[in-house]
Amino acid sequence: MILGIDVGGTHTDAVLVHNYQLIRKAKVLTNPANIMASLLEAAQKLISGENINNIDRIVLSTTISTNAIVQEKISRVAMVLLSGPGLSPETLDLGGDVYFARGYINHRGIPVKNVNSRQMNEISDEIARKQIRDIGIVGKFSSRNPQQEMDAAELLQNNSRHISLGHTLSGQLNFPRRIATTYLNAAIHDIYQRFVKDVQQFIEKIGADIPVYILKADGGTILIGKSMECPVQTIHSGPSAGIMGVLATARMKEDAVALDIGGTTTDISVFADGVPLLEPSGVSINGRKTLIRGLYTKSIGLGGDSVVQIEKGHLKIGPQREGPAAALGGPFPTPTDAMIVQGIVDFGDRQKALDAITPLAQKLHMTVQDAAVAIIEKMAALISDHVREIMAEINNKPVYTIHELLEGKIIEPKILYVAGGPAAVAPFIAKNLGYPYSIPEHSEVSNALGVALARTTAEVTILADTEKRELIISEEGRLQSIPRSFALADAVEVGKATLREKAAGMGARPEDIIMEVTESQEFNMVRDYYTTGKNIRVKVQIKPGLISAGAERANDV
Amino acid sequence: MSKKLKKTGLIFFPAFDWAISPNHPEREERLLYTQDQVFEEGLLDFPNIVEYKPDIATYADINRCHICVPNPQNLTTSSHLISAGGAITAAKKVLSGEVDNAFALVRPPGHHSMLVAHGARGFCNINIEAVMIEHIRHQFGIKRIAVVDTDCHHGDGTQDIYWNDPDVLCISIHQDGRTLYPGTGFTDDFGGPNALGATINIPLPPRTSDEGFLFVLDNVILPILEEFKPEIIINSAGQDNHYSDPITNMSFSAQGYALLNEKLAPDIAVLEGGYSIEKALPYVNVGIILAMAGLDFSQVREPDYDAQRIRQSPEITRLIEEEARNVMTLFKKKKNLKKQVTGSAAYIRREKNIYYDTDNIWEKQTETVRVCDQCGGVVMIDSAADTGKRIYAVILPNSCCPECRENGENFFARMNSSQYNHVYFQDRQRDVFIVK
Repeated sequence: MILGIDVGGTHTDAVLVHNYQLIRKAKVLTNPANIMASLLEAAQKLISGENINNIDRIVLSTTISTNAIVQEKISRVAMVLLSGPGLSPETLDLGGDVYFARGYINHRGIPVKNVNSRQMNEISDEIARKQIRDIGIVGKFSSRNPQQEMDAAELLQNNSRHISLGHTLSGQLNFPRRIATTYLNAAIHDIYQRFVKDVQQFIEKIGADIPVYILKADGGTILIGKSMECPVQTIHSGPSAGIMGVLATARMKEDAVALDIGGTTTDISVFADGVPLLEPSGVSINGRKTLIRGLYTKSIGLGGDSVVQIEKGHLKIGPQREGPAAALGGPFPTPTDAMIVQGIVDFGDRQKALDAITPLAQKLHMTVQDAAVAIIEKMAALISDHVREIMAEINNKPVYTIHELLEGKIIEPKILYVAGGPAAVAPFIAKNLGYPYSIPEHSEVSNALGVALARTTAEVTILADTEKRELIISEEGRLQSIPRSFALADAVEVGKATLREKAAGMGARPEDIIMEVTESQEFNMVRDYYTTGKNIRVKVQIKPGLISAGAERANDV
Repeated sequence: MSKKLKKTGLIFFPAFDWAISPNHPEREERLLYTQDQVFEEGLLDFPNIVEYKPDIATYADINRCHICVPNPQNLTTSSHLISAGGAITAAKKVLSGEVDNAFALVRPPGHHSMLVAHGARGFCNINIEAVMIEHIRHQFGIKRIAVVDTDCHHGDGTQDIYWNDPDVLCISIHQDGRTLYPGTGFTDDFGGPNALGATINIPLPPRTSDEGFLFVLDNVILPILEEFKPEIIINSAGQDNHYSDPITNMSFSAQGYALLNEKLAPDIAVLEGGYSIEKALPYVNVGIILAMAGLDFSQVREPDYDAQRIRQSPEITRLIEEEARNVMTLFKKKKNLKKQVTGSAAYIRREKNIYYDTDNIWEKQTETVRVCDQCGGVVMIDSAADTGKRIYAVILPNSCCPECRENGENFFARMNSSQYNHVYFQDRQRDVFIVK
C-alpha cells in the first residue's frame, strides 16, 4: 500500500492506495504555521497499528520550497561566477552577494582560462568575513565541462559551508537560468534541511520504517534523503500534484487538456499521448527563470469567484477576485452566482445570486436567466481562447531539423478534463472547443492520488566529443575518456546505464524505470576538409507518469 | 545600459539534418556551436527577443525572382524552401509590426544565386533574400529596398537579380575579387542602364580589420543609404570576414560585426556565408543579436581575440580611404552617366559566362534590357548551359511602364519556342509567371 499526502494551501489530503486503487481518503485543514501537524493529522486518519506494516512507501507533495522562495524566507547566499566574456553580467538577475572569478570554458567544454586559487582564497576570506554559509558556484558552459566548478568548490569548501554547483542541477545550456537555479538551491538549503528532519521525526512518530518520497516539479518522486542536495527540484510540488492527479484519475492515453478551475485562477495543463508536457527550458518562480525540469502549466486570472462587470456595454470577467460569490456573502456578482441562478450548481443563497446578477441583466437589456447564461458562456469562451492560444504556442515551438519541421508531432486534444469547484462550466467550454469533456472521479482528492501514484523521474545529458576523446555527464559531474571510435549508440548505452543507476538511487523500482531517449544527435566535426571527430549529444529521461500497475499488484500478492 | 531596447525577432533554423555533402562547409555542424552560445547566453529569455518558427517558401515565391531551369521543384530541396521561408518570416514579423527588426539565422545561404538558375553556385540554390524581397513587395506593397551585403564574397547573385531595378539598392562590401571567389564585384559594376547607382560595389583589400569596415560604413554605405531613402534595409549578413574564417583572408571581429549592425540598424538581417563555425560564428551571431536588440554587446569577444594581432596596416587604411573616395565620386555622378552608357541605343546587351562551382555547370547568357526613363526596363534573357538546356525569358520589372509592358508581352507572344527547352514570362508587377 502507498500513503499519498498532498499539502495544499487550504486542505491537506491523504489517500491510501492499494492495488492501484483508492481505498481510503481523508481531508484536514492545512495549518500554515505548522505543516507537520497537518501532515500528521491527515496521516493518522488513514493509518493504524493494523495497516502500518502494509505500507510500502509514503509520498508527499510539499509547499515548503515554493513558500520559502515566494515569501523570501531564504538564506543569504554568496554566488561565485566564472562567467568569461559574452553577455554583460550587469544584465543578469544574479541574486545574493556576487563574486566574479577568473576561469571560463568555451562552448565545446574547453577551458580558456583556469580558476585562480589565490583569487578564490581571497573570495573565500571575504565570504567568511560576511559569515555567509551557503554558496553557489556557476560557470558559463559548466554543463559542458564541470571541472572548473568542482575546482572552485574544492578551494571554497569547509565544514561550516554548503555549496551548490550549477552543473549538478541541470545538463541544459543557459547560464542566466543556471545562476538563478543554483542561487535558489543554495538559498533554500537550510529551510529544506529542517523540513526533512521534521518529516523524519514524523515517520518516527507513526512508528514505522517506511521510505518517504517527495514529489518534484516534474511530477516525479525522489527519496527524501536524496532530495537534500537538490531542494530546488521540489518547488512547484503542489501544481505538479494537480497534474499528476488528473493522470491518476483519468488515466488517459491520448492528447488532452486539463483545467483546474479555482476561485481566482484557472490552471491549464496539456498532455501528449497521455504524458504531461514539461516546460521547454525550465519553470519560473517568483519572476526568476530557472532550469528546473517542471510540468507545463499556465495560470490565467479567471475563476469561479472572479468579479463580473459591465464595461462599455460588454461583460468583463476577472482577473480580480474581491471575495466569495455573492450567494456566499461576497460583494460582487461572479460566475459562480451565474451557475447558481441557472441551477447548474446548488449551494449558497440563490436569492443573493439573483440580486447580484439583476443589475447586470438590466444594463444588458436581458432577463436575469439570459444574463446568467451569457456570463457562463463568456467565461467558457475566455478559457477556450486561452486553451487555443496555448495549443498554438506549443505546436509552433521552434524546431531545428527539417524532419521535425515537416513531420513533427502536432498535439490535437481529444478530450478536456476539468476539475475544481466551478467544474460545472465544463460542458460550455467543451462545446466552445469542440471536443468532449470529462470530470474525473475522486477529484476532491485527485492531487493526493497523483502524489501516491507518481513514478520516479530523472534525466541525464551525455556529451561525447571524440576529437577531445572525452565524455561528460553534467548532472553527475562525470568526465571520462572515450576511444576515437565511440559512437552514438555507445552514448545512448552510457546514458541508459547512468540513468538506470541514478533512478534506482532516487528510489525507483526496476519495473518503473521506463526510459526514453529524447535527444540523440551526432555531428561530423570537420576541420580543413578532414573529419576530426564526432560531436555526440544524447538525453535520456524517465518521463513523468504513474508507477506500473502490474508491478504494484505483483508486490502486494 | 543607455541604449534603446528593440524588439527583435529571431528565426533560428540550423537544419541539423542537412548538408551539401558530409565534409562540405555547408554541413549539419555549421550552426551547432552558434546554437550552444545563443542558448548558454540565455538570449531567448530576454523579453525583447522572440524566436519564431520559419515558414516554408512556395514555388510561386521563387518564381517571382528566379528563372529556375527547368523549374524550382528540380532545383530545391526542403532545406532551401525553409531557409527562404525563414527570411520571409523575418520580413513578415517586421512589416506587420510584431517586432522592430528580425534576424533570419538560417541555412543554406543564397546570395550567389542569380536571376537564371541552372543549378547551385557558391553553396546557393536560390537567393533567399530575393525570394523574401519579392514576397514582401507582393504582400506588403513595399517599393524601395536596400540590401547591404556584408558577406566576404561579392553578392553577385543578388546584384544580378536587381541589376536593372532602380528601386532595389544593392551594396556589397567584400574581399577584392582578384583574391577571392567569385572574382567579381569591382567598383565599376554600377547597375544596368536604367538603374545606375542602384548597384554599389566596395571591394576591400585582404586583411581589412574592424577599422576599415567601419570606415566604409560611415563614409560610403550610410551616406548612400541616406540619399536612397529605402523603406527597409536588409543586411545580407555573411560572417566570413572574420579573422578566423578558413576560406577568406579578412580580419573582422565579433565586436566589429556587432558595431556594424548597431550603426547600420538593418530592419532584417539574413545569414549568408561564414564557415569558421567554432571560433567565429558563435560570437559573431551573439554580437549581432545583441546589437539588433539594443542590448549591451561590449563584453562579447572571441576567446583568442587580440586586437593588436589583427589590426590592419596603414597601407590598407590608405587603400580603403582611396576606394571610398572613388565610390562616392562615381555615386555623385550617377545621374550624368546614363547618356554616356546608353548613347542612342534603344537596347543594351551584356554577355555573361557563369560558372556554377557547386554543381559544375557552365552557362552562357545574353541579357538585353530596353533603355527606358520610366522604369527598370523590360529584360530579355537567352541562356544556354552545358547541361544542354537552353531557355529564353522575358522579365517585366516591378514598376513596369506601359511601353515596356507592351514590348515584353509582344516579345513573349512572338517568341518561337522551338529552339528553346522553355520560354518563360515573369511579370513582377502583376505577379504572373508563365512557361511555354
